Formats: sequence, C-alpha cells, structure tokens
Amino acid sequence: MASPELVEIALLVNGEEHRLEVDTRASLLDVLRERLGLTGGKKGCDHGQCGACTILLDGRRANACLALAVAHDDCEIVTIEGLAHPLQDAFVERDAFQCGYCTPGQICSAVGMLLELELGWPSHATADVAAEPTLGHDEIRERMSGNICRCGAYPNIVAAIEDVAS
Amino acid sequence: MRPFRYERATDAASALAGIAAPGATFLGGGTNLVDLMRLGVETPAVLVDVTRLPFCEIEDTDAGGLRIGAGVRNSDLAADPRVRTRFPALAEALLAGASGQLRNRATTGGNLLQRTRCPYFQDVTAVCNKREPGSGCSAREGEHRNHAILGWSEQCVATHPSDMAVPLAAFDAVVHVTGPDGERALPVEGFHRLPGAEPQRDTVLAPDELVVAVELPPLPAAARSTYRKVRERASFEFALVSVAAGLDIADGCVRQVRVALGGVAHKPWRAHTAEAALHGVPATEQSFRAAADAELAQAQPLRDNAWKIDLARDVLVRTLVELAG
Repeated sequence: MASPELVEIALLVNGEEHRLEVDTRASLLDVLRERLGLTGGKKGCDHGQCGACTILLDGRRANACLALAVAHDDCEIVTIEGLAHPLQDAFVERDAFQCGYCTPGQICSAVGMLLELELGWPSHATADVAAEPTLGHDEIRERMSGNICRCGAYPNIVAAIEDVAS
Repeated sequence: MRPFRYERATDAASALAGIAAPGATFLGGGTNLVDLMRLGVETPAVLVDVTRLPFCEIEDTDAGGLRIGAGVRNSDLAADPRVRTRFPALAEALLAGASGQLRNRATTGGNLLQRTRCPYFQDVTAVCNKREPGSGCSAREGEHRNHAILGWSEQCVATHPSDMAVPLAAFDAVVHVTGPDGERALPVEGFHRLPGAEPQRDTVLAPDELVVAVELPPLPAAARSTYRKVRERASFEFALVSVAAGLDIADGCVRQVRVALGGVAHKPWRAHTAEAALHGVPATEQSFRAAADAELAQAQPLRDNAWKIDLARDVLVRTLVELAG
C-alpha cells in the first residue's frame, strides 16, 4: 500500500481562511466536518446522491462529498454555518423538516437554486428551454431533486422555498 | 481509497506532462471519478486536475456552429442562450441528467468520459470484463433488465450513461483532442465504441490524450429538436431509453432528420437506418413508425429486456410526432 500523500492547503470558508495539511483523498465534506468543526453539512450517502452535504462553491451549490479538499483551495466556500438567509426562517415557519438531518443541505441547495433561477436558467420542468422559466411547484420540485428527505417533508420544503421566492 | 498524488495543470502542455506519469488520470468535475475511486473501481496513482485549463468558453464558430470547451460545466452549457435556441435537444438532455449540484461541477469532457452505471461494474466483488478484462460478464446472465439491446457483445452488455452525448451524436458533433502526437478531431459517433472483445475501452481516446473541446456544426434540423427521456423516477435517474431527434420539414416532407438513442447500447446509438428511411418521405406517424421498425429490426434483446425494444420504438415515434406537430 502506497503511503498517504499530504498537502498543505488554505481553505476559504465562510469568509475565514484556514491553513491545514490534508490527505489528497480527503473530501471537502470530511475536512469541513472533522477538521474545521463545521458539522452542519451532513454525510448521507457519500456518493453525491442524497444532497445532505450540499454547500456553495464560488456561489454555486455542490456536493461536498464528491469534492476533493485539495482541489478547492482557491474557491470561496460557504456552509450552512455561514449563511444568514430568509430561507432559514421560512423552513422554521413552514415546519419544513422532521429529523433535520437533510435540512442544512436542503437550505444550501435552495439558496443555490434561487440564484440559478434569478439567472434565468431553465430546468427539466421548463416547457420551453429557450424561454425564461417561471417558478411553480413543478419547477421547485425538479430543481430540488438532488436533495432527499427521508422524513418526507417535501410539501413543506416546497412551500418554504416558494414563500421566499415570491 | 488508494493514496494518490494531486497535480493541478494550468495549460494543455502541463496536463500532457502530468498524464505521462504511470497511473495518472485526468480529474474534471470529479462527479463520477471520485465516486468510482471511493468504490475502489478506479485506483489512479496521480490525479491531474484539468479544471483550471483555459477551455471553459462556448464560442461561435465561423461556420455558424458552436465550439464548447471541455471544461464548460454542464449547467453553464444547458443555460447558454445559443444552445437553448439553436440546439434545444442538447440543453434538454443536460437538464434531464443528474441533479443541480452535480451539473454545476460536471464538465463537458468529463460527461463524455463517464463510465457505465452497470451495477456489476461498480461492484468490485463481481466479475466484470470492463473492470477486469477476461474475468467475465456478470450481467450477461444476471440482472440485466436495463442493459443493452443494440450492439452488445458476449463480453459486455452495459449501456453508456450520458444524456448529453445522445444529442451530440445525433448532431454530428466533433470531439477535439490533443496528445503527445498532436491534435485529432473525432466525430462523437466514432469517439465512443461498441464493446466487442475490448469492453474496457469505452472510447477510442488514448490514455494520454486530453479532450479540449466539442464542436457542433451548424445544422438546420437541430433548431427544431428535442430530447425525450424515459426513466423509473421523474427526476435524477438514468435513462431506460432516451431519444434525441431533430426534424426539418418542407412541404409536409422530411427535409433533414437526425436521431440518436440513449440507454440502449454501449455508446449513443445514432439511428442511421431510421434517418435514411425518413429522408424525403411525408412527415407522418406512419412514416415514423416504419423508420423506427427498420432501426430496431437489428435489436437483440437479452433474456429480460425485450421490453426495451418496444419502448425504444414508441419513444422514437412519439418524439418525431411531437416535432412534426
């Protein structure tokens, strides 16, 4: 077995720079959680399928479990701990969770999704991809399909997002 | 995961220098490669990160087409107004794939080079000729409901997972690559290969060659094109069968048509037989059904997936009817 490759990197997380030595194999999710104590983002599937680890990378939503920490030392990283967004109140107001495990990922994903909508990006639910999308339940559900909630709080998650978007 | 060295390339020359090391692999968005490394399917000794290379633009070509840099993210490609109006099937295919998070990371080059999602390929305890040449194919007599119906071999019955590559194959896209021996331009259709006796090779790309761009030639039929994907969930799922089609009609007859199928073969399946049958004939459901029948006459079902032939035929006909209407 080859020995681990360790690399010194600087990560910019929630506006703060952290210098640390990481194994090249370490995911951004593991470094955020285990080394920096930012345990908001969760490890669900560790394969990019559940969305519980969603963070914002240079302002765009991404799965932290599939991002290698060593490959993102020049990015601006925002985790749920660094967010102050109306969506957080809306999730409480709408009771958009039960156990809460997926919630940080849901909120980070929704923040990224609303930015995509502002930019006029179409989705699979957009009838005419050449046209400006209009927000509705189908659009929200399609755009949030990368975030799974095993408690099934989807109706309230959609409602919370719709409150903030409108 | 096996330890590896990480290198960041800044231009094509440094990327090619990096890939010359034993066991080196290019890293794009990592949405498939990192997952396969975690599963133990891919075990690179060196990762050469090519996401900072200056290949992240979508440019108009002099011919009237588009040149898409290999590093362009799937989400940016799908959102580009030129793609949405001139090649709508490509935008639709990208949006039908993966999730918002994954599309933000996945690159054009990486999407072309993603590996099959055959469960036996992803399970290192199963035999698989694609993962370990000569070991056997677990899917040939195993769970193969979703596997190939066209162009498969006794060595491999896996399908290509990309949605994006299906319209690219339909629209005669060309992959530009660079390597130690210089540059090459390969039609997408010839870029991916059928498994034959070497299912470990998904494409004709040499291990030390780098994808730098994908070029779409101007194509009238592409402006009136669509991508229809049938899957077991409404979102975030791979295709059972998909169809990318573009149709240009004049005086009620087919002037130009382009069709490719996804989810049915080891590569995006360009439906040349159907296209030839449609050229110049009335754009009617009857013509479309005859063309689909002609294309799928060459299909060979596995024990448990004959239903995909019917599905492919129906999806193809329905897609063309919709475009003609």
